[in-house]
Amino acid sequence: MTSSAPRHTALDALHRSLGATMTDFAGWDMPLRYGSERDEHNAVRTRAGLFDLSHMGEITVTGPQAAELLNFALVGNIASVGVGRARYTMICQADGGILDDLIVYRLGETEYMVVANASNAQVVLDALTERAAGFDAEVRDDRDAYALIAVQGPESPGIVKSLTDADLDGLKYYAGLPGTVAGVPALIARTGYTGEDGFELFVKPEHAVELWQALTKAGEGVGLVPCGLSCRDTLRLEAGMPLYGHELSADLTPYDAGLGRVVKFDKGDFVGREALRVAAEHSNHEGPRVLVGLIAEGRRVPRAGYAVVAEGKVIGEVTSGAPSPTLGKPIAMAYVEPMYAAPGTEGVGVDIRGSHEPYEVVALPFYKRQK
Amino acid sequence: MSNPQQLRYSKEHEWLSGAEDGVSTVGITEHAANALGDVVFVQLPEVGDTVTAGETCGELESTKSVSDLYSPVSGEVTEVNEDVVNDPSLVNSAPFEGGWLFKVRVAEEPADLLSADEYTAFSAG
Repeated sequence: MTSSAPRHTALDALHRSLGATMTDFAGWDMPLRYGSERDEHNAVRTRAGLFDLSHMGEITVTGPQAAELLNFALVGNIASVGVGRARYTMICQADGGILDDLIVYRLGETEYMVVANASNAQVVLDALTERAAGFDAEVRDDRDAYALIAVQGPESPGIVKSLTDADLDGLKYYAGLPGTVAGVPALIARTGYTGEDGFELFVKPEHAVELWQALTKAGEGVGLVPCGLSCRDTLRLEAGMPLYGHELSADLTPYDAGLGRVVKFDKGDFVGREALRVAAEHSNHEGPRVLVGLIAEGRRVPRAGYAVVAEGKVIGEVTSGAPSPTLGKPIAMAYVEPMYAAPGTEGVGVDIRGSHEPYEVVALPFYKRQK
Repeated sequence: MSNPQQLRYSKEHEWLSGAEDGVSTVGITEHAANALGDVVFVQLPEVGDTVTAGETCGELESTKSVSDLYSPVSGEVTEVNEDVVNDPSLVNSAPFEGGWLFKVRVAEEPADLLSADEYTAFSAG
């Protein structure tokens, strides 16, 4: 985090005209909510929501050895991703610690777009640039080249379909294709961070307002509402999706986070390989702590950093917590000692400012959409 | 937003009604409610509790945060709003009316409570 003035997205004036409450997020001035964050959350679960995610960090990797570079720099097998497809993956340190979680889109045979969290975009850019030494590939900072608008929720396919000729029915989850939406050139990706069906539209910043307005109009009849980062956080929490700085950090390997499946050893050498092989072997036994879901029996809300307790001692820590609009109860993700990690474990609580509130241990996610 | 003229205000964003038979009503302002976002849990003092001006007497939880509730005056709590305990969203939808929090028999009032106009200027700053 720098002390310089916050950055503004191409949609800044529009957010203000909509009466958004803004918040500083990773150096960006972003909409936190426009009205009630619970209403925004429920709109995404039942109808559709419109998000400005232009703070996300796009990095383009091109060249004859783009695939080889990404296979070396990231933990996944990126060379195996088909053109027009996307992959959830991670970038790790040599010691296996997670630098960031990423979505990588293969735009062409020799062109990829890596999307990093805003808070880590510089770290990822620097690491990719450094790791590119010796590869015939170019790493390009495209953070300012894109605005990102997401349409999420069950009504989102109809809304986007009404504005494009692109074959959305053929566009599967975790796929992306170039097209035109509302007359604007866009990379249309079927990805998201809400647990719902939805689209992420990467466009030039100068087209962002035009696209936002067209989507707003197209969604008028089906209950589309603008949504801020507050409901994005409760949506991803209900869906059991990790957030860097909460469930993921440089002190944890993908195995520690229960996401060892993103690490692929059946490729060449990659940064972190040796450390992650050791971590993989240990993960066959139980790690030091396990990521679980917690559902409150009461109404007080657990927050990141609160201690998880059982039998009078601290047995874990909350990484994310919020009132869940869908469940109607407070929920949390927490790392706990393995012997308390089984769903239904008795006697687990959260220390909420000195009082031990009872919590039910559950498997993640809290919410899964009906397909 | 407009702050009702007949109320007085604390710098912790609580409002206080004029006393009826020595009893005043306490709530949080619309400005405070908007800053919190959707309130999901309200912990209030109990009837019979003594509250002290400027000291915490409960808490308000919203999606993003938990905030202490301060009493704007000293005195004995005579009634709490069970409706708002059961439906905390009243704090957002009607902060100056149905979202009131508790009633207090005022023993002592601090000298620095603000008028509506003073509070409007304070909360805008």
